[in-house]
Amino acid sequence: MANVAVCVLGSFGYDRAAQGAAGAGRALAESVGGELHALVIGPADDGAVASLSAVADRVLLGGNEELRDVQPEQALQAAEQLLEAGGGDYVAVLLGNDTYSQEIAPRLAHRLGGSSMADAAAIRMDGDHLLAQRTAYGGKAISIYRLKKQPSVVWLRARGFEPAPEQASAGEVTSVDLALDAPRIRITGREVTEQEGVRLEDAPVIVSGGRGLGGPEPFQELKKLADAIGAEQGASRAACDAGWVPPNWQVGQTGKKVAPELYIAIAISGASQHLLGMGDSKVVAAINTDADAPIFKHCSFGIVEDYKQVVPLLTEKLEAMAG
Amino acid sequence: MRVLVCLKQILDPDVPARDFEIDPAAKAAKRGGANLVTNIFCENAIETALQFREAASDAKITALCYGESTAEDCLRKAMAMTVDEACLVQRDGNPNPDAAAVGRVLAAAIRRLEQDGGPFDAVLVGRESGDWGTGQTGGALAEELGRPLLGFVESLAPGNGGVTLRRQTDVGIEVAEAEPPFVVTITNNEDNVPRIPKTRDVMMSYRKPLRKLNLADLGLDDEEIRNGASSFEVEEIFVPSDEVECVLAEGDTLDERVDQLARKIHEVVASIG
Ligand SMILES: Cc1cc2nc3c(=O)[nH]c(=O)nc-3n(C[C@H](O)[C@H](O)[C@H](O)COP(=O)(O)OP(=O)(O)OC[C@H]3O[C@@H](n4cnc5c(N)ncnc54)[C@H](O)[C@@H]3O)c2cc1C
Ligand SMILES: Nc1ncnc2c1ncn2[C@@H]1O[C@H](COP(=O)(O)O)[C@@H](O)[C@H]1O
Repeated sequence: MANVAVCVLGSFGYDRAAQGAAGAGRALAESVGGELHALVIGPADDGAVASLSAVADRVLLGGNEELRDVQPEQALQAAEQLLEAGGGDYVAVLLGNDTYSQEIAPRLAHRLGGSSMADAAAIRMDGDHLLAQRTAYGGKAISIYRLKKQPSVVWLRARGFEPAPEQASAGEVTSVDLALDAPRIRITGREVTEQEGVRLEDAPVIVSGGRGLGGPEPFQELKKLADAIGAEQGASRAACDAGWVPPNWQVGQTGKKVAPELYIAIAISGASQHLLGMGDSKVVAAINTDADAPIFKHCSFGIVEDYKQVVPLLTEKLEAMAG
Repeated sequence: MRVLVCLKQILDPDVPARDFEIDPAAKAAKRGGANLVTNIFCENAIETALQFREAASDAKITALCYGESTAEDCLRKAMAMTVDEACLVQRDGNPNPDAAAVGRVLAAAIRRLEQDGGPFDAVLVGRESGDWGTGQTGGALAEELGRPLLGFVESLAPGNGGVTLRRQTDVGIEVAEAEPPFVVTITNNEDNVPRIPKTRDVMMSYRKPLRKLNLADLGLDDEEIRNGASSFEVEEIFVPSDEVECVLAEGDTLDERVDQLARKIHEVVASIG
């Protein structure tokens, strides 16, 4: 028999990413006729553990206090030991798309003698192998990879997967005592950027700005527009690299993957790497001076005009409509 | 301090989508008229290393690439950016080897360079590459070397006895203390935008040492790298057709056009409730 494991960070709880990863794990476990094991790295609150035991056949808790603030070196060791405690018989080990999961995935695969893959949008078994679908060439192509060694360690574009269904009976919960070495790279400080409003990944409306804005000040102008429609603000890599807005505003291949009901791209050309981050938006609107900008091939409506002319007027009109 | 930066040569990721084509037999992009360039995150890594050297004064930077002979251009450019020396591990007839295989080659090369010139305190790789971009090489390399790894680092600075790292996470910036030797993957921020080489430094780059090695020099055999280390292969690759019809605002006056836009936006926002 072969099972599927999903690794969850205790401090993140059973968030949307964990739900999606568990959902992907359940589907895979069913296809191989195995169990779904949830491995919890670090202390988790009771609610999260209960939610996990409702969807998994087994929950293995690595609740060591030193894992409360994640140290990547120790999280990796913890994952390794939890997999061993779970019996070690895994076809796949799935992780979410948070920073910590992303950096430990290839290392875990190496330690287990398996294959690793990043940012999978779909997975399935084909015989003994896992097939993982993701984008390639900065979003210009879609590729399917055959992972040849087991287990397949894959971090997923987790929010895109259906949450795991609850099972008839709750999975057994076991605490595992982990033996963790002192990390050789130690996180000593965190400057948590206070997120005003909701996280970009969960925002229903996003107003993003790009290099065409020409500087940091116009983002204030865009803020007024965003406020008028209850939107969060994002940006292209070019705007972030210029230092106009913080790096965590970046949407795209190597930024946030967002999926709002409405995404408004202002002075953004629509490079494939940017589209990759916002391609799951339901409706896209664009404001750009260049009618040939690629963004116009990926939006439902837009206006070919200087943002300086459009944004103040648009904000005024939308404020009036909101009444 | 010795710092090593791993560079990968890739097909220019800025080729417009309309010029992008897949070669179905090779299961890879057609080269077409596109240039070969250094992966952008590798250039961010060079810039980060250069700034570390400016702060640590005695640091020496080596660039390493496993690639075709065309990759010499990337290494020359790195030296024009004032990297001290470079090494090319020659690759031919082995397209798209995966991260596990590349990690093994890079690790073997690093050990060889360390035998001759002493240990590298820090190894820098890009967070992911702009072609296949799986971002798995750094992790594979760290494990091959048995060294710790921190991802998404934006700067390195001399710290209390070690090196202080700043890195980007989902929740904000994290600061870390690292004992050499270690591996980091580099991401972009406003401070590590790659510098443009000065003309004088471009000339100088041709006087700097560029060492060439092949797999046999590293005690590796091509067959082993191809079959033994490789952990995945491309099953299928295609170009999605996801273009949509865009309705542009029309009307004689700006006010009319913006009004149309406002109504459409209002409609969507109102439907979310
Ligand atoms: C490996 C890799 C990863 C990457 N990851 C990302 C990523 O995560 N996110 C990302 O965004 N990019 C990413 N990029 C970069 C990407 O390729 C583009 O360079 C970037 O998205 C361009 O940003 P932009 O659209 O703001 O700028 P530009 O492409 O310069 O476009 C500016 C636009 O503004 C318009 N404009 C100018 N003036 C005005 C005006 N007054 N009013 C209205 N419109 C105006 C112009 O017509 C133009 O279309 C990545 C690249 C690589 C190689
Ligand atoms: N052939 C290579 N030679 C040198 N460095 C590489 C090579 N392939 C990948 N890398 C490094 O690994 C990083 C991530 O690449 P990837 O895992 O392919 O997304 C790159 O930015 C490089 O720093």
